[in-house]
Amino acid sequence: MEFAELIKTPRVDGVVLHRPFMPTVEGTLCLTGHHLILSSRQDNTEELWLLHANIDSIEKRFIGSLGTIIVKCKDLRVIQLDIPGMEECLNIANSIEALSTLDSVSLMYPFFYRPLFEVIEDGWQLFVPEEAFKDLESMTDEWRLSEVNKDFSVCPSYPSLLTVPKDIDDESLCKAASFRHGGRFPVLSYYHKKNGMVMMRAAQPLTGTNGRRCKEDEKLINATLCAGKRGYIIDTRTIAVAQQAKARGGGFEQEANYPQWRRIHKAIERSNVLQESLIKLVEACNDQSHSMDRWLSKLEASNWQSNVKEILTTACLAAQCIDREGASVLVHGTEGTDSTLQVTSLAQIILDPACRTIRGFEALIEREWLQAGHPFQQRCAQSAYSNGKPRSEAPVFLLFLDCVWQILRQFPCSFQFNENFLIMLFEHTYASQFGTFLGNCVAERVKLQLSQKTVSLWSWVNRPQELERFLNPLYEPNNLVIWPSVAPQSLLLWEGVFLRWNRSTKCLDEAHQEMVHIIEYNKELQNKVNSLRRQLAQLETEDSPLQTP
Amino acid sequence: MEHIRTPKVENVRMIDRLIPRKSTLGTLYLSSTHTIFVENSEARKETWVLHSLVYNVERLPTNSSGSPLIIRCKNFHVYRLLIPQEKDCLDVLASLTRLSRPERYGELFSFSFNPNLDKELREKAWGFIDLKAEFSRMGIPSNLWHVTAANYEYRLCDTYPSELFVPKSASPAVIVGSAKFRSRGRLPVLSYFHRDTGASICRSSQPLSGFSARSSDDEQMLQAIMKSNPVSEFMYVVDTRPKLNAMANRAAGKGYENEDHYTNIKLQFIGIENIHVMRNSQQKLIDVGELAAPSMSDFLWGLENSGWLKHIKAVLDAGVFIAKVVAEDGVSVLVHCSDGWDRTAQACSVASVLLDPYYRTIKGLMILIEKDWVSFGHKFSHRYAHLDGDPKEVSPVMDQFLECVWQLMQQFPCAFEFNERFLVQLHTHIYSCQYGNFIGICQKERRDLRLQERTHSLWPHLWENRAEYTNPLYRIDHSQTQGVLKPLTTAYCFKFWKGMYGRAEKSVASHQSPADCLNAVREESQQLEEELSAHQERLAQLKERKTSGERKTSKLSERVRRPIPTESELSSPLDYFTTPRSEKRTPSFTLPLQLAAPPKNGDPDDLSTCSDFESGVADLSSYSSSGGDDAKDPDADEVVKANA
Repeated sequence: MEFAELIKTPRVDGVVLHRPFMPTVEGTLCLTGHHLILSSRQDNTEELWLLHANIDSIEKRFIGSLGTIIVKCKDLRVIQLDIPGMEECLNIANSIEALSTLDSVSLMYPFFYRPLFEVIEDGWQLFVPEEAFKDLESMTDEWRLSEVNKDFSVCPSYPSLLTVPKDIDDESLCKAASFRHGGRFPVLSYYHKKNGMVMMRAAQPLTGTNGRRCKEDEKLINATLCAGKRGYIIDTRTIAVAQQAKARGGGFEQEANYPQWRRIHKAIERSNVLQESLIKLVEACNDQSHSMDRWLSKLEASNWQSNVKEILTTACLAAQCIDREGASVLVHGTEGTDSTLQVTSLAQIILDPACRTIRGFEALIEREWLQAGHPFQQRCAQSAYSNGKPRSEAPVFLLFLDCVWQILRQFPCSFQFNENFLIMLFEHTYASQFGTFLGNCVAERVKLQLSQKTVSLWSWVNRPQELERFLNPLYEPNNLVIWPSVAPQSLLLWEGVFLRWNRSTKCLDEAHQEMVHIIEYNKELQNKVNSLRRQLAQLETEDSPLQTP
Repeated sequence: MEHIRTPKVENVRMIDRLIPRKSTLGTLYLSSTHTIFVENSEARKETWVLHSLVYNVERLPTNSSGSPLIIRCKNFHVYRLLIPQEKDCLDVLASLTRLSRPERYGELFSFSFNPNLDKELREKAWGFIDLKAEFSRMGIPSNLWHVTAANYEYRLCDTYPSELFVPKSASPAVIVGSAKFRSRGRLPVLSYFHRDTGASICRSSQPLSGFSARSSDDEQMLQAIMKSNPVSEFMYVVDTRPKLNAMANRAAGKGYENEDHYTNIKLQFIGIENIHVMRNSQQKLIDVGELAAPSMSDFLWGLENSGWLKHIKAVLDAGVFIAKVVAEDGVSVLVHCSDGWDRTAQACSVASVLLDPYYRTIKGLMILIEKDWVSFGHKFSHRYAHLDGDPKEVSPVMDQFLECVWQLMQQFPCAFEFNERFLVQLHTHIYSCQYGNFIGICQKERRDLRLQERTHSLWPHLWENRAEYTNPLYRIDHSQTQGVLKPLTTAYCFKFWKGMYGRAEKSVASHQSPADCLNAVREESQQLEEELSAHQERLAQLKERKTSGERKTSKLSERVRRPIPTESELSSPLDYFTTPRSEKRTPSFTLPLQLAAPPKNGDPDDLSTCSDFESGVADLSSYSSSGGDDAKDPDADEVVKANA
């Protein structure tokens, strides 16, 4: 297919662009296969350079022959284009609609994008399971790397290499896989170096209504327990939801079959509910005419903050079981690709200081989201402005980022990255020139040959010149477990994302700049003092032999 | 001392609601001024609670472990005690109830508080804030405004200061006549003069207009005010009340200006609710803060239902309106409400903070409070329940002003010299009566009480400790520090003030703030600067001596590096096990007791102890890392069992 077929009017002059908190711009609008570009041709800059993939929905309006297109983006921005000429406007609108809803992944921009920078460190090679396993091996010899899923036949959504207990053979793994939803048998998610406890994740067991059991599954998870120790199974669903799942062949671990495990049910919402919540929240944030009562009641009704609280609480619980109770933990919900990953990844941020560095956080996203098979492509196909009926869209990853932001806000010195890093990740999950978040699982990414045909987000982000704006000036590495408060008053609305386009951030940006200045000045002074000290010491030693009586 | 039935109770338990394990056993002492809890532990940690800060004391039914007593403070700290014997509990309750409700000014703590200052210093301290100097700082043109002697000895208006700025063109007869036509004689006088535009903010009480009354003196007074701003052809009269309330006042012979009678005025109603609505609203907000394990919905619903943020928005909107009229349109404003000492003070002072960068400095805010609140008359004793009196007179008027400033700080992080701690500290002092500044309701009463001889002034004390109250992001030459602030007042810009209302749950409020880290860094930078110059000097010396062959004498001094506070583990992760909906709410013993930072010594008259122990500001050092201390949490087992 040629993109040109979809572009009837590639160029319109005299288009006026309205953006919140910025002056309006008049210029020429150009459509390319992947971008919507507006340029006033003054000082040779483009005022707008928007990926079609970033467009969530559009609205058309006409007053006489002046058409207006309201473009609602997946990063929650809303812009307005005034286009002279009804036909031009309609053509543009139709093209945008078609180009922003391309079905085929291989037509996406990452496959056409050629980086203007030299790739020094290939992000695709940065986080390979073998490397992570080497780290694990240095701490414990209880685990092995299994190739049972090398052709993705045992579990299509798992990567080819999986970390499993050493004493469990591949045959048992296959049997356990057949007992778990989507073949997602329990695998290692995190090893807590301090006390040797582990966190595993899986999908729900397929107990069904007649209470099926699977000896291999029981053996597999029991293999992670020390003698005489008990473990916790954290089911991210309420007991009622878990019960209902039985009717559809799913279920939960029966006490009788898993006597060494204690099950705790939490109440993280399913993805379709989360999408609803996002839509309501963004709607509330975008209406500036709300009275205080209406705003608070809409915020409450969106349930977004409740979702943040529930997810964070569950992650803290998992971390508490591991660190304080000295127990191993198995986390699952239904499919084990959404709420499960929210919990396991957040728990690691709480427990493991390495995850609070930039590299460590990237590795965490690679491990616990990309490799673990979170269906990014499905979940991020549409954002808060989609008009269509939601299929499997859901802000699961955005909620995870929101929770990270909450912890970051409570522990402003414990993270190497800042809020901008999280916002950047949010943007790239929905629309990107990089291939990192394409596909739904490793198998799909291999098939799409992403690592050969697209550039990895990490190749770009990790360049020192990009990294700079993602660094937290307050960062002081510490080796502590950080326990966030989950009280409602401690959890705030993430304004950096949800009010980003609804207010000017000038003053807050300036505050950030001030902060950077203070820290940089301090470093500069330290360097000066240290060099002077060395000079002095040298002078004094040079001095002293002569001076000795 | 006659009110203390039992001065000492042993084996009292101070309860921590969120973390029961942290409850401590100790001895409770009652002094004439404080309740003191001394832990039995080796550290002998002490918690001091000033009687005048106690808002109420509640006894819950005795149970098998003892008699619970809840002490709620006016600065929103809550202390929960468990007293073994019911009789002791009743005695403590009776004593505290009486002690926390002084009946005469003489009983207030400020009259016994003695920070060991000699007479001269005390007098000097009272002169720290000079309002005459402030009015001259404003640059009031002397050809248009002057100080009238009309209120000498408070003859015209007993709640106003004796020196008043009025338009020079207003004759003494007009001044007297205008005062007669205003509620309580609070005639229109100058509060703030905006040098850039020549527009002014004047304040008064409501006119005694009723349905038809008019006063040509008052009309001439407003005309004179308008004319004092030569470039403007009209002026605004801002009635901060809802229009309905203002209309209702007409039936009582009061009301608002009739636009037909006054030439060239525009009347604007703002709609700030009255003190009773505000009191109830704040109580609901406090209740939200006290909820045990609330869900997000409980919290947000409670916040909405309290209406608090709506009222804060109304006050800020009033300030924004006035500031805009004065700075952008260059039009003068007369602000009033009913008596002109609650909403009027709020609106004028918020507008001043927006208009004038000086009021965003530490000293400037002190001056503003002294001018708009203390000097122009505000019923401190009633609003903040200093004396046992009509509970309907109590209202969080200044709380709202301080919160407006806080909300502005959220939008303009570099614009204020002071930090949140300063506002919280001011709030505590407004209620605590430790210093004499906020005793009485007006200048005349304070003079009659001879406060300057009998009590001490707060301002120099805060000024000496200003390092604690400094915002590290503030820079005098920063763009945010200049000019007029234009805040956004969309509903979503207003936040729950956790640093003020979230203090019932200590475990919730214990996280480190970036500002504290930055202050530590800045302090270190200062030391580095000193060291740098010392080294440079030494280097020069050495080089010189090397040539002259002189023997070196001094050693390099070691720089003491102040550690940048690190975040530690929150002491307990317990609340993650509870699911708010399923948990049955226990009404009493589930809130953590606010364990305030211990005073440095036990002397209640010691300045440092008395100012700090109620500040509610976390001492950072106490949270600094203990190097990954991960002692197994004994309580956690129980909770797991209970929930699993």
